[in-house]
Amino acid sequence: MDLDPVTLSRVQFAFTVSFHIIFPAFTIGLAAWLATLEGLHLATGNVLYRRLFAFWLKVFAVAFGMGVVSGIVMAFQFGTNWSELATRTGPIQGPLLAYESFTAFLLEATFFGVLLFGRDRVPRWAYFASTLMVALGTTFSAFWIMANNTWMQVPVAFELNGSGDTVPTDWREILFNDVLWVRFPHMLLGAYLTTAFSVAATGAWYLLRHRHLQAARTMLAMGLGLAAVLTPAQMVVGHFNGEYTAEHQPAKFTAMEGRWQTEQPARLLLLAWPDAEAERNLWEIGIPYLGSFVTKGNFSAAEPGIVTVPADERPPFLIPFYGFRVMVGLGVLMLALSWGGVRLMAKRRFRDPERLPRWFLWAVFLHFPSGFIAVLAGWLTAEVGRQPWVVQGLLRTADAVTPSLSGAAVLVSLLAYVTVYALIFSAGTFYIYRLLRAGLDETDPEPGAPAAPAPPAADSGATPSRPLGAAGSGFQPGAAPSAPRRDPL
Amino acid sequence: MPMDLQHFWGAVLALSILIYVLLDGFDLGVGILFGLNRDEAQRRDMMGSIAPVWDGNETWLIVVGTVLFGAFPVVYSIFLSAFYLPVALLLVALILRGVAFEFRYKTTRGRWIWDVGFVAGSTLASFVQGAAIGAMVSGIRVDGRDFAGGPFDWISPFPLLCGIGLVLGYALLGAAWLVLKTEGELRDWAFAWLPRLMTGVIVVVALAFLGTLLGDFRVVDRWLAQPWLVLLPLIASLAAWQLYRVAAERRSDWQPYALAALLFLTAYLMLAGSFWPWLVPYHLTLGDAAAPEASLQFLFWGAGVVVLPVILVYTVVVYWVFRGKVDPGRQYH
Repeated sequence: MDLDPVTLSRVQFAFTVSFHIIFPAFTIGLAAWLATLEGLHLATGNVLYRRLFAFWLKVFAVAFGMGVVSGIVMAFQFGTNWSELATRTGPIQGPLLAYESFTAFLLEATFFGVLLFGRDRVPRWAYFASTLMVALGTTFSAFWIMANNTWMQVPVAFELNGSGDTVPTDWREILFNDVLWVRFPHMLLGAYLTTAFSVAATGAWYLLRHRHLQAARTMLAMGLGLAAVLTPAQMVVGHFNGEYTAEHQPAKFTAMEGRWQTEQPARLLLLAWPDAEAERNLWEIGIPYLGSFVTKGNFSAAEPGIVTVPADERPPFLIPFYGFRVMVGLGVLMLALSWGGVRLMAKRRFRDPERLPRWFLWAVFLHFPSGFIAVLAGWLTAEVGRQPWVVQGLLRTADAVTPSLSGAAVLVSLLAYVTVYALIFSAGTFYIYRLLRAGLDETDPEPGAPAAPAPPAADSGATPSRPLGAAGSGFQPGAAPSAPRRDPL
Repeated sequence: MPMDLQHFWGAVLALSILIYVLLDGFDLGVGILFGLNRDEAQRRDMMGSIAPVWDGNETWLIVVGTVLFGAFPVVYSIFLSAFYLPVALLLVALILRGVAFEFRYKTTRGRWIWDVGFVAGSTLASFVQGAAIGAMVSGIRVDGRDFAGGPFDWISPFPLLCGIGLVLGYALLGAAWLVLKTEGELRDWAFAWLPRLMTGVIVVVALAFLGTLLGDFRVVDRWLAQPWLVLLPLIASLAAWQLYRVAAERRSDWQPYALAALLFLTAYLMLAGSFWPWLVPYHLTLGDAAAPEASLQFLFWGAGVVVLPVILVYTVVVYWVFRGKVDPGRQYH
């Protein structure tokens, strides 16, 4: 059997990076969510936020651990499998990744220890500061990764030296170009939405099971409320991402659009099945005029087809085409759900969350994985759509691989990663599921914690009934609410 | 430019490796020793003594990797290609031991799986690091800017011996850390391991010394040309002697770690003295391998001048927050 080190290395990189991105997509948002909860607890003294914090911290710990260990692999693969890339673009990519280590990894790893083990070792403000440091670290990390990846999508500010290495000419351009500043928000919003829906879905799950009503309502309301604001924002930012792709990566863009021949006016294809040899779709369903409108804002513009791109510079068709549709489709569903949730809040249906429509709770619950799937689909679109280049227009993936690498060696490492990842992923997912199923600890959290204003004894029941402060999430389970309350959002 | 940036980043690289070895060394060592202790309560304390800091420690490995990538990309490419399989093994090992910190407390029935992963991962990660250093000392084949050898070049007696040596050395650091961080039976247990591990390290170092002489490595010329290097093994011998005494009398909890760290420092300086200024021995010097000035400057003004000092400060602060003995009653799990 002929083992091609390029193909196997691509499979390995795709596998390890796809596995990895699941966890940052979750923990970037979770870190911000934890910092918010801790801040709310500091500000209001409401013990509910403290319990939610303790609960989500456990989930965060598992997800963060898996993100860290799968991330270490990424830091070394540029050298092990893609040494030509590393040598030639190292002068630009290397410093960007070094900045990630310096500003992000050490920050989050160090303060993560304080988060887990330092609650009664540091003052409350320092603990809150530690949650902020972890959130800041995850955000920085996302920034440097997006800066690095954006430079691979749209390389700027470099010149080639004698040995063909990219020498940076203007770091400001690399860090502050327009493309990066639409891609970085796109990733951040994606991560926040992922967490927002995980949190809301957990709340919906508890409500379906009649558990932790107060906490569940807060999670549902905060998750959906945040998503209601962020989803439309994400759609706007996503549109800008499409614009930069159309401008800088026409090959990827035509694949996303599924357009072989140049059209005027252009259709917007919904579904299609391509025949690469015949350079056409065997069948397709599309809406006339809409393709021109989405890209150019009018109904008559010509849109180039993939035939305008030389055959050896075309990306695979199916993954960008359907990856993009999965991402956008999920975005539309998220918008519908979150706005539906806000409407229910506006109609004061959240006062008695047990009477929320069960179909709605089910719909939210089932959206637990939506954000993850959307993030993965978006990344597949971006990365596969860039092929056959590893650095657009500059270095082909096939030329970037380590020269000394044998296919057999990659096969061994690939099998090792697949085995280990399968083990830890199934275990990690199962443990997170068990943590979610176990629910919140409603007998007041860890011993030795700073005293919360509400005495724990009164809250030790399974369904706490004490009004709990300014956020007003206290309600009488099973009884019609009599006093007006403010919803958390 | 008043300051030579290549040397600055060479120094940062050296410092990061040293910090990594001294910090992750003890928590890998505790992982190795974990397999030798069957008592669940003591195992909890062992893990508790490193749980808040292991993640930060291990991150220094990423710092080493990315500083190489950023400041000396050619070296990053050559080393990682040369050690393709060892690096894959190292990463798999680090994954298995890393998840154990959370996973072993999430299950009772399946705990043994994560314990096996923790011990095997810690041992394997240490072994592979030692073997890679050994392979580097014996020289790697390079053609131009690329590794030109095969995937199994590192499997030969000298690197394997170095691998065993580092397992014993990290275990020594780990035992010394346990003495520092624990009390009672566990500390006594760790004290008892100190002399055995010290003896093991000495035996391996002696064998490696013989191997270096027999292997006719170019290192030997280097030592003959710079006789001051002989001071380092002398200091190491004194430190080892003192370690035996402290372990026998059990009179200080902090000295073992300080002495073990001193041993590692001397070994590290011996390596540095043997190879300076080569980064890839006998192929690329620091100057040959350095990234363009524009890259080094970009790294210098942010990461070097601002962030690195901040990191050193907060690392010290966090170690200070977690100072003192592990309190068995105050565990996160």
